[in-house]
Amino acid sequence: MAEIQQQADSGKGGKKRAKKMSTKIDMTPMVDLAFLLLTFFMLTTTFSKPTVMQLNMPVKPKDPKEQSEIKASNAFTVLLGENNKIFYYDGLLADNVKPELVASSYGADGIRKTLLQRRQANPEVVVLIKPVDKSNYKNMVDILDEMNITDQKKYALVDISKADEDLIKTSGL
Amino acid sequence: MPKVKPHRTSPSLDMTPMVDLAFLLVTFFMLTTKFAPEEAVVVDTPSSTSEIRLPESHVITISVDKDKRVFFGMDDAKPKLDLLTRVGAKYGVSFTAAQAKTFSNLSSFGVPVQQLPDFLSRDNEQRKAIKQPGIPADSLNNQFIDWVVEAQAASRKEFGKPAYIAIKGDGNADVPTVKKVIQLLQDKNINRFNLITDLESKPVAGK
Repeated sequence: MAEIQQQADSGKGGKKRAKKMSTKIDMTPMVDLAFLLLTFFMLTTTFSKPTVMQLNMPVKPKDPKEQSEIKASNAFTVLLGENNKIFYYDGLLADNVKPELVASSYGADGIRKTLLQRRQANPEVVVLIKPVDKSNYKNMVDILDEMNITDQKKYALVDISKADEDLIKTSGL
Repeated sequence: MPKVKPHRTSPSLDMTPMVDLAFLLVTFFMLTTKFAPEEAVVVDTPSSTSEIRLPESHVITISVDKDKRVFFGMDDAKPKLDLLTRVGAKYGVSFTAAQAKTFSNLSSFGVPVQQLPDFLSRDNEQRKAIKQPGIPADSLNNQFIDWVVEAQAASRKEFGKPAYIAIKGDGNADVPTVKKVIQLLQDKNINRFNLITDLESKPVAGK
């Protein structure tokens, strides 16, 4: 206990005095309770709302012809593979052109560096993000996050094509 | 040599300021606290460096878990009742007042609308025990998009603006399911999404 009751009177002297009660109350149990509640509310409270990442998809064109084509020289494709793998290649994939596929990583020295380099070389670069069906959502969020980190404004989330999948397979990476 | 007497002080100390402070904090936390609503499904969101916060209200949460199940949640209670009647009418399912009330308290759910009345009339414990199959979102039986479209309509009627669409995907959710959800929403001309993520400290971009 935090407080020790002190002897009120030494008992000498014959005169009977009204016993003076101490004005102090033992506050310990109350403090205990107060801190218990404090801890409880502090731990259960949900202060912060979760953060969100905004993703704006292009409006679907009514006419497929309206869709804009990008130049192969401005294209930079990132492929998200299974098991957290990531690959990229420059340019566009065509029947006769087989770009060289390069493996990369999600770390700061991986795809981020490449993205910054590509943009320095060509500010017009458009990043095409193609997640394969076996990649997970975390990869997708990570790469979209890289776009935010590197301040890459022009990017698109594109469906993967058969040719891209074949490219990963044949590259053996 | 005189004996050095330790100065005896009373061991009691004045706790009043501490108590004041403690109760102040208790009151503060009691008033500001908002218990996290119980989620129907555990979703472990990936992290990103985005610092935008989710809006306080008018949010439709679409959860995608790692078993490809899709869950739907809405935070406003009032348009939710409207939503339930609308979707119920569309599929010819009717709900009692008690079921509607349970529905408005539910943070998210993932059962087909046909099973919804039965699901809602169970008590909390039983409901937790049920493994929810997720809302059907395939081309044959696409209830999911009806929920979203009707929720937007109900929200527009109630507040004059559509609700925010937040997609809460599990880090291990597969991309096709998430893409399918996005595709379905895009078909309805909803092109702006918010992906719910955890906060991660911003790396220093090598510039």
